[in-house]
Amino acid sequence: MNVNQSAPPVPPFGQPQPVYQGYHQSSYGGQPGSTAPTTPYGAYNGPVPGYQQTSPPGMFPSVSRAPPSSEAPPASTAQAPCGQASYGQFGQGDVQNGPSSTVQMQRFPGSQPFGSVPLAPVVSQPTVLQPYGPPPTSAQVTAQLAGMQISGAVAPALPPVGNVTISFFLEASDSGVYLNPFYFYQPGPPQPLPPKRLDPDAIPSPIQVIEDDRNNRGSEPFVTGVRGQVPPLVTTNFLVKDQGNASPRYIRCTSYNIPCTSDMAKQAQVPLAAVIKPLARLPPEEASPYVVDHGESGPLRCNRCKAYMCPFMQFIEGGRRFQCCFCSCINDVPPQYFQHLDHTGKRVDAYDRPELSLGSYEFLATVDYCKNNKFPSPPAFIFMIDVSYNAIRSGLVRLLCEELKSLLDFLPREGGTEESAIRVGFVTYNKVLHFYNVKSSLAQPQMMVVSDVADMFVPLLDGFLVNVSESRAVITSLLDQIPEMFADTRETETVFAPVIQAGMEALKAAECAGKLFLFHTSLPIAEAPGKLKNRDDRKLINTDKEKTLFQPQTGAYQTLAKECVAQGCCVDLFLFPNQYVDVATLSVVPQLTGGSVYKYACFQVENDQERFLSDLRRDVQKVVGFDAVMRVRTSTGIRAVDFFGAFYMSNTTDVELAGLDGDKTVTVEFKHDDRLNEESGALLQCALLYTSCAGQRRLRIHNLALNCCTQLADLYRNCETDTLINYMAKFAYRGVLNSPVKTVRDTLITQCAQILACYRKNCASPSSAGQLILPECMKLLPVYLNCVLKSDVLQPGAEVTTDDRAYVRQLVTSMDVAETNVFFYPRLLPLTKSPIESATEPPAVRASEERLSNGDIYLLENGLNLFLWVGASVQQGVVQSLFNVSSFSQITSGLSVLPVLDNPLSKKVRGLIDSLRAQRSRYMKLIVVKQEDKLEMLFKHFLVEDKSLSGGASYVDFLCHMHKEIRQLLS
Amino acid sequence: MNGSVFRTMATYLEFIQQNEERDGVRFSWNVWPSSRLEATRMVVPLACLLTPLKERPDLPPVQYEPVLCSRPTCKAILNPLCQVDYRAKLWACNFCFQRNQFPPAYTGISEVNQPAELMPQFSTIEYVLQRGAQSPLIFLYVVDTCLEEDDLQALKESLQMSLSLLPPDALVGLITFGRMVQVHELSCEGISKSYVFRGTKDLTAKQIQDMLGLTKPAVPMQQARPGPPQEHPFVSSRFLQPVHKIDMNLTDLLGELQRDPWPVTQGKRPLRSTGVALSIAVGLLEGTFPNTGARIMLFTGGPPTQGPGMVVGDELKVPIRSWHDIEKDNARFMKKATKHYEMLANRTATNGHCIDIYACALDQTGLLEMKCCANLTGGHMVMGDSFNTSLFKQTFQRIFSKDFNGDFRMAFGATLEVKTSRELKVAGAIGPCVSLNVKGPCVSENELGVGGTNQWKICGLDPTSTLGIYFEVVNQHNAPVPQGGRGAIQFVTQYQHSSTQRRIRVTTIARNWADAQSQLRHIEAAFDQEAAAVLMARLGVFRAESEEGPDVLRWLDRQLIRLFMFHLRRSPFLQVFNNSPDESSYYRHHFARQDLTQSLIMIQPILYSYSFHGPPEPVLLDSSSILADRILLMDTFFQIVIYLGECFHSGFGWFVLVQTIAQWRKAGYQDMPEYENFKHLLQAPLDDAQEILQARFPMPRYINTEHGGSQARFLLSKVNPSQTHNNLYAWGQETGAPILTDDVSLQVFMDHLKKLAVSSAC
Repeated sequence: MNVNQSAPPVPPFGQPQPVYQGYHQSSYGGQPGSTAPTTPYGAYNGPVPGYQQTSPPGMFPSVSRAPPSSEAPPASTAQAPCGQASYGQFGQGDVQNGPSSTVQMQRFPGSQPFGSVPLAPVVSQPTVLQPYGPPPTSAQVTAQLAGMQISGAVAPALPPVGNVTISFFLEASDSGVYLNPFYFYQPGPPQPLPPKRLDPDAIPSPIQVIEDDRNNRGSEPFVTGVRGQVPPLVTTNFLVKDQGNASPRYIRCTSYNIPCTSDMAKQAQVPLAAVIKPLARLPPEEASPYVVDHGESGPLRCNRCKAYMCPFMQFIEGGRRFQCCFCSCINDVPPQYFQHLDHTGKRVDAYDRPELSLGSYEFLATVDYCKNNKFPSPPAFIFMIDVSYNAIRSGLVRLLCEELKSLLDFLPREGGTEESAIRVGFVTYNKVLHFYNVKSSLAQPQMMVVSDVADMFVPLLDGFLVNVSESRAVITSLLDQIPEMFADTRETETVFAPVIQAGMEALKAAECAGKLFLFHTSLPIAEAPGKLKNRDDRKLINTDKEKTLFQPQTGAYQTLAKECVAQGCCVDLFLFPNQYVDVATLSVVPQLTGGSVYKYACFQVENDQERFLSDLRRDVQKVVGFDAVMRVRTSTGIRAVDFFGAFYMSNTTDVELAGLDGDKTVTVEFKHDDRLNEESGALLQCALLYTSCAGQRRLRIHNLALNCCTQLADLYRNCETDTLINYMAKFAYRGVLNSPVKTVRDTLITQCAQILACYRKNCASPSSAGQLILPECMKLLPVYLNCVLKSDVLQPGAEVTTDDRAYVRQLVTSMDVAETNVFFYPRLLPLTKSPIESATEPPAVRASEERLSNGDIYLLENGLNLFLWVGASVQQGVVQSLFNVSSFSQITSGLSVLPVLDNPLSKKVRGLIDSLRAQRSRYMKLIVVKQEDKLEMLFKHFLVEDKSLSGGASYVDFLCHMHKEIRQLLS
Repeated sequence: MNGSVFRTMATYLEFIQQNEERDGVRFSWNVWPSSRLEATRMVVPLACLLTPLKERPDLPPVQYEPVLCSRPTCKAILNPLCQVDYRAKLWACNFCFQRNQFPPAYTGISEVNQPAELMPQFSTIEYVLQRGAQSPLIFLYVVDTCLEEDDLQALKESLQMSLSLLPPDALVGLITFGRMVQVHELSCEGISKSYVFRGTKDLTAKQIQDMLGLTKPAVPMQQARPGPPQEHPFVSSRFLQPVHKIDMNLTDLLGELQRDPWPVTQGKRPLRSTGVALSIAVGLLEGTFPNTGARIMLFTGGPPTQGPGMVVGDELKVPIRSWHDIEKDNARFMKKATKHYEMLANRTATNGHCIDIYACALDQTGLLEMKCCANLTGGHMVMGDSFNTSLFKQTFQRIFSKDFNGDFRMAFGATLEVKTSRELKVAGAIGPCVSLNVKGPCVSENELGVGGTNQWKICGLDPTSTLGIYFEVVNQHNAPVPQGGRGAIQFVTQYQHSSTQRRIRVTTIARNWADAQSQLRHIEAAFDQEAAAVLMARLGVFRAESEEGPDVLRWLDRQLIRLFMFHLRRSPFLQVFNNSPDESSYYRHHFARQDLTQSLIMIQPILYSYSFHGPPEPVLLDSSSILADRILLMDTFFQIVIYLGECFHSGFGWFVLVQTIAQWRKAGYQDMPEYENFKHLLQAPLDDAQEILQARFPMPRYINTEHGGSQARFLLSKVNPSQTHNNLYAWGQETGAPILTDDVSLQVFMDHLKKLAVSSAC
């Protein structure tokens, strides 16, 4: 292969810094090849198409501009054999995690870029796999395995013009993964070299990291007693023992060791953030927080900063006073709370009191903590059902009414109570609203129509919100009649804002908090407040105006949301659109009130019933806190400055949540405002004041102590990439509201590069500049960040609708770490690899088409989607036992239910699907995808290590790019 | 009508009575002064009281259409006063003298074969029109739910009962209101359905119709499905349904009607959205059945307290406006509310619907502000203390009473047109009507009452509805009417009969002209003082209602003193002292629509005396008539008072002690066989009162009281205070009872009058 000869006649050093063309600004920005002629890297043959947004997939964007010689395919393998031919090359199911040093790896069929980019595969070294050997915490080996760089070529500091190959080397160290990219300058006449490429197996594997963490930390409980401990990964199953710090199920931090000074923090650029899930559900083995009742005086707090009593408070003067661990204020201990101290200065009763010994606990709130100084009434649920033509025709209304009849028996209740305290109400609507009086004394429900949508009000007081068991007969009669009453409706127009307004007013009239369940089908175009117009415009994508697609059309919904929050009215929205409904606008109120949005595009009862009903059941039954206020207090030195999630903030400190359930997460970012002390560390206290579903006002307190460091290495050693990604994704997803998507992406890349460059500069042992060195805790940062960058919101494919993007955007905003982890890097599980008998989940494989073998079946899930991919040459027996058809060709593509068959494989697969679904907060609809089928495109979208059709880079390409960025920063 | 009739008063009385019975007309003057100058000197204007639909059991309507004068500006109807040339088959219009051909159907007429309208006894005749769609009557109940439990229960029962009285094909609708307004859909099965409106927001008719879905629904979906058969003939049928179809449904609905559920805190009035409820009722009918006979029946138990038309705020500590407040300009909401109801009343009148107000509450309910709704549309106004009284129950029931033909005594959407011969012009009308603003040749420039037109709309009327119509003699003094000339007036009333037929009633009358200088005696003799009194009183009330300030009072005083109308001056129609604004409005409402007899009772109540001395006798309405041994029966139209005297006549020796009839009654003498005459004495006024109660609409307040009883004030306030605490000369005598008042007595009034008559120039 000799392509360097034909390099453009531009002086090699004409540019101060070599530009990796594929990542060149201009081409990144969608001007393919404009700089190609001037770049010295003819061998690259144009930008990596992975970043070519406007070029059709599979094309050589710069072919026509490259010198003729570069057009020649470098090797026969470069001209990718299409389709199954490539699979044939490897035999069935051979391509796996293991390295393959002898056989030329082929990217997925049809992906040509690598055909023209000769990358030398690094000969695998036995040490390559060693970085994963000892766990970082125990292994303090400092041996730099630099000698393992086996490529004999001398790496010049700056790559000259010519044929440049990048190779990566792995290095194991105490704290980092060293990847050494080498730039080869091949002088002289072109010699056909064996095509080289970066070995995907040599770069950090998420699968490996997850597996290792599972193996190392899954076996014993995580005890929270010690300050600054990094918890196991979210993908690891582990038990938590609360010994003074909040469980990682409640709070996870980007780093458990934070720099003492803001200068250090700025240098590292590692965001300091905590992902807090105050009402997280716990596994049955772990006890839920104890409820502490401090009697009439209410919970004990610091007089100055109002922090709540917690294990970190220091009792002094024989127990008569205590010093606040957050603000150092010295407070008197009230007489009724007095207790003697033991010889260590600890209160004698420390272990009898949850607030002195545990990280998480609850206080009973006194009346001072209640709105209007009145104890709250039990909350209410209001079901608000769209009965316009679309909703009736799709069968939604009938299905929903039928389901509600039984679902109402499962309203959330507290503790061991027989009956839920929650009252229910019903509203149907199209362009007018129908309220129902379902008072128990009535023989028949009464309908009250309010057509004055411009000025919504609640037409009745008594009989709208009722106790289910008392009014059961009337409610049943109502739910029976609703589908009949509107069966012949021809009303297609709907209103939206007035519906929420009505629900909110109803709660206001009843003087309680509550939740609205809205079932809505179409863009609200009827004349009313909050009327919307169809403004979907794909032409805006990649323009400065793209952000408008994410912004609400009108400010009316924000105003409405504010009123809802004031009333403690949480809105859950179930959307059933057939076309554009402007999710960006409709989801404003759910978003700001701590509600959820569910979207079922083109809802058909036959296909989507299970998914919808499952989500509905879960949503109705889940435990919710209402009318909540969350406040995060920190010890002096840092301060919570930014918040991400589904809530409303009217000032800079209080997170107001009309409703908060166990799935909702708030990400909080901290900044220094002073020096921290290594000795005392940094403390977080998250206090959530809420009304339980029985109407009890409570405070839930989570405490977490973190270490502080003066050495950057300590910071990097105690980071959590998953949490980091959670923060960065939320940050970026919020950014698209205000900045062009491209700017947001660039910011992310820059920040990532800075983090890694800082590590390289300050923590890693000196090595050649050509090396890419990643901290051990962050070695997955590039791959995960790449997934964020190519997600639908930041880089939409052609098939992604504006609504989808807005939907995902708001979904991610309140995701916890586990959810973002799997959402951005889906799990791909081979089903037929491991023996059928094994009870455990099969080990996942990396999300790349390379890892698929056409003789296998795979499950892919990302928390929202679930695919079953069937290779074209799967054994007939397998096909038969899973699908009950005799051959691959007979499998229905797009099938969403597996037949229930009595054989081990079928049982196992269905069992696995069920268990996957059980892990996620939303029901994942199964889609069976056949290899080479049309639907496969959809599936491939989730193979995130590969280059995406929409222009997202492959893992390898991105790593190269990241390395280049880091080098730029370092030089 | 020939000259000899004028000879004696007796015959004049007969003439007047005969005219009233046949034509429902009573003129102030039955011989007319022949020039404008003379007429103005007469003080009492030439005017008449017309009862357009006076019941005439002897007058079967004719089943054809009237023949009209062909002159476009005249269009008078062929009548007995027309000159007819039987040979040429021509008739001359007696108003414009146009000669008209008879229509082809009249070819057979001759002196002996006359059509009814030419016969003198058919000076009033009724035609039934055959054309025009007949739409059913509509009754829209607008019901206040902010009532006490037993009040609401009583009202519900009355309403349920009324369903059985309605014609089966009548359309009925229900609107309830309290804090909100609910329009009930009556057609639905299963779930009962209602449209709810905020009680605080005024909506335009268009908005109301949109919100009720009365506007044509937009064709949904792109494909116009060749689907469901055309719904109902009326979109509105959801809210207005034939009684026979939904009476069960509606009975249940009314039965389930609950009190307004919104809490009313202590010290507050319930929030009552009467203004919006009426507005919606008007809008509903306006959009669906314009120009069809319809009654909006408003049942309210208190003042409107919110929204447009609110009369008082919901703070109980702020009392509802009094006359005092109004004079001091302290009635905050009055003007705005009045404007709102006037707007509604005018819209309703334009649509030909009428509004009844049934207000039952101990306090005022805002009749003052709402009065125009009933006044302008010809609706009823009923005021009572509670829906749980026989006053309301029987009055309401009487609305649905039937005449000798079995038809409801109600008519709708009438227009009254008055045509005059050229010496006369129409100055105006006073009664339950609105002007149609038709400026014909016979319209005077001087307005008396509602003028500037010779056509009025009367949206709702019954056989007793009476209008005062005022005329002006325009003949110049120097152009005398030829000897024996007669002036003619034709009243044409087109209306929708309760059987839904369109009918026209035509009354044509004529009176002699007389020269005031030479024939003053004739004119004098033909003066109808009763009619004149009522007509003047109407004028006075009209002025008092529509104008303000001392000018009116002065005008009234001047006019009334000249007319010696002592009782009218003291009546609640002009005197607001001691009456709430609502009461005044109520009294005036009825005064402006009742016929002459009833009006006279209103002006000067009738007092009957019952004693052992002889048969009952009418006595002077004077305090001297209040004697201890008498039982008095007073009829003021609005009240029937039975008053038991204080002590028995000393002539009855077997009573040593001074006893009262009341005490005897308490002692139970009436139940002892030996005192059967006492029992009869007690019973007689009761029976008489019952008789009055039976006939009267609205039911009068029936008061059975006794000397010293708190209710005795009703009697005491009416009688002439000839004995008061100021002239104690009669104190202790057995000639009557003193009245504690500062009002002047008739004696003082007369003395004053005499002085005035001597001193003044007139």
